[in-house]
Amino acid sequence: MPVKAIKPGYHGDYKDGVEKFHGQQLLNISWDKHIMFGFPMCIPVPPQMPFGALIEKVLPGIYGSHPDFARIDWSAVQWSTASGAFVPEPGRSLADHGLRHKEQIRFRTPGLDGHNGAG
Amino acid sequence: MAADGDRKPAKKLNLKENYALLTRGLGWEPSYQKKEDIFRTVDFEGVKIHDWDKWEDPFRLTMDAYWKYQGEKERKLYAIIDAFQQNNGQFNVTDVRYVQALKVFLNGIVGLEYASHRGFNILGRELPGVGPRIAAQMQAIDELRHATTQIHAISHYNRYFEGMAEFPHQFDRVWYLSIPKSFFEDAVASGPFEFIVAISFAFEYVLTNLAFMPWMSGAAFNGDMSTVSFGFSAQSDEARHMTLGIEVIKFLLEQDPANVPLVQKWIDKWFWRGYRLLALLATMMDYMLPKRVMSWSEAWTIYYEENGGALFSDLARYGIKPPKYADVTVKEKHRVSHEMWSVFYTVRDALGFPIWLPSKEEMDWFSEKYPETFDRYYRPRFEYWRELEDKGTPFRSSTLPKLCQVCQWPCLYTEPDDASEFVHRQGEYQGEIFHFCSDGCSDIFHDEPEKYVHAWMPVHQIYQGNCFKEGVDPSAADFNPMAAALDYMGIKPGVDGGSMRDHVDAQRWESWTARPANMHEGAITDAVRKTT
Ligand SMILES: [Fe+2]
Ligand SMILES: [Fe+2]
Ligand SMILES: [Zn+2]
Repeated sequence: MPVKAIKPGYHGDYKDGVEKFHGQQLLNISWDKHIMFGFPMCIPVPPQMPFGALIEKVLPGIYGSHPDFARIDWSAVQWSTASGAFVPEPGRSLADHGLRHKEQIRFRTPGLDGHNGAG
Repeated sequence: MAADGDRKPAKKLNLKENYALLTRGLGWEPSYQKKEDIFRTVDFEGVKIHDWDKWEDPFRLTMDAYWKYQGEKERKLYAIIDAFQQNNGQFNVTDVRYVQALKVFLNGIVGLEYASHRGFNILGRELPGVGPRIAAQMQAIDELRHATTQIHAISHYNRYFEGMAEFPHQFDRVWYLSIPKSFFEDAVASGPFEFIVAISFAFEYVLTNLAFMPWMSGAAFNGDMSTVSFGFSAQSDEARHMTLGIEVIKFLLEQDPANVPLVQKWIDKWFWRGYRLLALLATMMDYMLPKRVMSWSEAWTIYYEENGGALFSDLARYGIKPPKYADVTVKEKHRVSHEMWSVFYTVRDALGFPIWLPSKEEMDWFSEKYPETFDRYYRPRFEYWRELEDKGTPFRSSTLPKLCQVCQWPCLYTEPDDASEFVHRQGEYQGEIFHFCSDGCSDIFHDEPEKYVHAWMPVHQIYQGNCFKEGVDPSAADFNPMAAALDYMGIKPGVDGGSMRDHVDAQRWESWTARPANMHEGAITDAVRKTT
């Protein structure tokens, strides 16, 4: 049962439907092993943003302060979502990659596992 | 009767008769309204009660006696609070870091006492049995008293330190305070039986000692007699609340076998929700008390694993099993406070209290108390952060977190079997994606998704543009959404959060007490450096 309620069939409005984000959608991002940042991040992005722009313009603002960040070999990065691994195409948009509102992407940087064990 | 000068007064009631009249005797059978119209919420959860008279009143307390006891306790408590104020007790605590723990308590916990008061008022109206209804009414008054006395006990600190004056406003709006707030709103928005299992049993009976024992001894260790006397004053109330919790469980389980799976489900859910809420306490115990009583890991071992273990083996005869995911809590006890303090440190600019790094001496204590994890995961992190602070480039996280749809914590927890990876639990309901911090929260969501799809998630609300004060123009050229959101929440950047070293509470503490703001680090102002 979706909820036990006094009135059967109770439904509350989705508080976070994509239509409430003014043309943007939410994207969650996790840089695996780099837990020093405390948590995976959540940002609003335009669905038409090219994946390449995410890597070049967005990720440095989030993770750039980490000593591992400058050493990332982007061609070796392993990307995944809840439905499995994928290989991003820099010129195509987030939407083209099938990334829906509130989806999470994870990226793993082999050989870079956090600063001196500190995450 | 003739006035013959020989009038005999009616026989004095014995205790038992007095008790019966003032409890069961106050109920009546309705004659012109149907019972189901009066008690509208008692059936929809599916609990079966055949005979409310089987309810054993766990404490033989009548209202007249209740008022008398509580009145005496109040008089004693306020005498101590007065003395505390006259002696400037706020300057006798260990150091100003302790005051930050009080801030968290006032802003985040006092609102829960009030929410609990509301919840028990609802039960005092909705339960058809007279015995439990009166018990709920008394507890409703207790919880209101707890909120009031906590506010009074801490109010004196508010005259000297930042970040306490707007506690009801902060409770409603601050992003991380949606964690405690949503916890109780979930409970109050449940049916009466789920509420009473959630609060009276899972929270008060199973988990309250964890909040109470270390917190009150922590206050005593750190010289806060005001909070200690509040604690003593509440303790006898808590004893009653716990008795109610265990009585409720036994009553439900004895009434009908169909109640067993419902009770088990609620125990599983509310144990997990309560445990997630207590993560805040874990952090306060390990990091915010300048003099520590015991570690979170030790407290969890004694108050949950040992005491809870005995409780659940006793309940086994009813067919009740220990709460689901209790094993995860035991794995997490080695890291939860460290993970959370790390998060507080990285987001310190968006908090209502300042943050500091643990000193060398404190880290050695952690190494001893957390031999499996501290030196491996957290010491290197704190040492690196201190290095960056010394270089003048302190570490911070400026992006908002992914939140758990159920407990509303940032998804900061790591895999039960791998402390180097975050937990990722993604789920879907009607084509919409949701995220959870744990299997515990994921299960709770999927059992009743309609209850959580409209949760007020602070991060999402900020991005939707709903967390700005009236009159703020988000299209203005100099608009800063983060600053506007903090302003909306009642957090003053540069005053409330940030680093303890630079904080106004620390400066004032040193100039007023001539003692270091952080007893483990030495003074931060010249005034105290000269004298120590
Ligand atoms: Fe209370
Ligand atoms: Fe209580
Ligand atoms: Zn959660």
